[in-house]
Amino acid sequence: MRRWSTSQLMQQTVFVGPALFAYAIVMVLPFLLGLYYSFTNWNGVSSQIDWLGLKNYVTILTDDPDFGSSLWFTARFTFTVVLISNLLGFLIAYLLSKPMKSRNMLRTIFFMPNVLGGLLLGFIWRFIFTEGFAAIGESTHIGFFELPWLSTEASAFWGIVLVSVWQGAGYLMVIYIAGLTNVPSDMLEAAAIDGASGFQILRNIVLPLIMPAVTICLFLSISWTFKSFDLNFSLTQGGPFKSTESVAMNIYYEAFKNNRYGLGTAKAVIFFIVVTVITMIQVSITKKREVEM
Amino acid sequence: MNTKPYGLKLFSFEIMMLLAALIFLTPFYFVIANSFKGFSELLMNTSSLPKSLNWENYARAWEVLSFPRALRNSFLITVFSDICMVIISSMAAYRLLRHPSKGNRFLFAMFIAAMVVPFQTIMIPLVKVGNWLNLLNSMPGIVFFYTGLGASFTIFLYHGFMKSIPLEIEEAALIDGCNPYGIFWRIVFPLLKPMTVTVIVLQSLWMWNDFLLPLLVLQKPELQTIQVAMNSLFGQYMQQWDLALAALVMGIMPILVFFLALQRYIIQGITAGAVKG
Repeated sequence: MRRWSTSQLMQQTVFVGPALFAYAIVMVLPFLLGLYYSFTNWNGVSSQIDWLGLKNYVTILTDDPDFGSSLWFTARFTFTVVLISNLLGFLIAYLLSKPMKSRNMLRTIFFMPNVLGGLLLGFIWRFIFTEGFAAIGESTHIGFFELPWLSTEASAFWGIVLVSVWQGAGYLMVIYIAGLTNVPSDMLEAAAIDGASGFQILRNIVLPLIMPAVTICLFLSISWTFKSFDLNFSLTQGGPFKSTESVAMNIYYEAFKNNRYGLGTAKAVIFFIVVTVITMIQVSITKKREVEM
Repeated sequence: MNTKPYGLKLFSFEIMMLLAALIFLTPFYFVIANSFKGFSELLMNTSSLPKSLNWENYARAWEVLSFPRALRNSFLITVFSDICMVIISSMAAYRLLRHPSKGNRFLFAMFIAAMVVPFQTIMIPLVKVGNWLNLLNSMPGIVFFYTGLGASFTIFLYHGFMKSIPLEIEEAALIDGCNPYGIFWRIVFPLLKPMTVTVIVLQSLWMWNDFLLPLLVLQKPELQTIQVAMNSLFGQYMQQWDLALAALVMGIMPILVFFLALQRYIIQGITAGAVKG
């Protein structure tokens, strides 16, 4: 009895079995099913499922302007948010790495928006944009607040960018702070004594040394933003005129609103490939720039 | 990294940062201040403080959201998923690390590979699978989904952390007659505590704020989480900001309190999770 319960096979089953079971049912099976359905006309209800070959993929790539425009929106959105939130996150981290008296409190405040989910943030900001900004605009007459926020394509785009940056910068800041504390101060002092300017120190010493943090921050911000759903859903509902509809939303609507599950899974497969390729490229580029201490 | 004394330059930086922090916080001011106003006051004087603290909005929002129920659902889902994830993932990571056979190395690679799969890629068939296995509209069902979805990242974190636990401790316990399960639960698992804290922090924030999975698999009103309840409230009372803002304040309070109480662990957890990731 005792030998049996401690046998290798039994241990393998007890230790790995439950995780493998959950993983197989929740990840592997749906993934494989999705691949299969993407070649069919499955509508989610009918048991009649016909094999269509590559027809869904052809339709998406040649005859689905909404998917194309959601992909284009997502790409522009990701690029803009990743750039701005990383610059801002790094800037805040850089300033907070100086011995300020209120640095802990500041860190808490900048991080705070991140703990609220995208859905609630979107609702909060819908109020800020439509009522709050209007009120500030009325009393101050600053043009920025008097814009027709969320109701034109450009203002909706920049509105979502603004909220995403507000949400994400604090998280990236935390990682950049961790990276910056690993930069040895004697190295910075030596450079300063040698007459390097602040910008040169930043560019030639700090930046190469925190490349691991840059790799992580870019990876995280790209994957969040590219998969963005909640925020668009609650802030603009993809509008006006679907101009802020992300790929994730497009997939959701295709399957659960239009009931074209086959087409939806094909989009989901394309989405998977795009996300994987982009993050792989990013990681391989920034990894190369990391230096050993 | 900087050891210069506190000078005028730093002082002006600090003032600048405090101003920036104030701007960062203005949305919270707008939401909280206006949640106490009546509808007409809210639209007329959006930026001023409320004339009086009007709790009526909160009483209505409490009802419409079925707040105690939504809070309980979110809480139970998060806690039970955390427990399941911690138990099964730490065990799996332990075995995969300590017995790196060909098969186990392959399994580990499979778990890690799943981390790049976006949820949207699997969500459509996942609902179908849930339907087959009777996992829709059930609390244990969504806990199972979260456990499976979170297993990869959790195993990855534990696997990385366990490498630093010396094998000698386990060997000593083995010689003392401890069986493999006892070694794991009595010796290894307690040593994993820092990583367990990280796992719980990161996964709780994710699950608490997650909207899409509960939207897809919990249609029954009795099972609504805070996020889903908030979404139905906004669907129904679109422009009623007096009600909606009070609901939003109630919705953000639990997680805000959690964050402010445990912020040290949360920030450490994020750093640890990111550096390992």
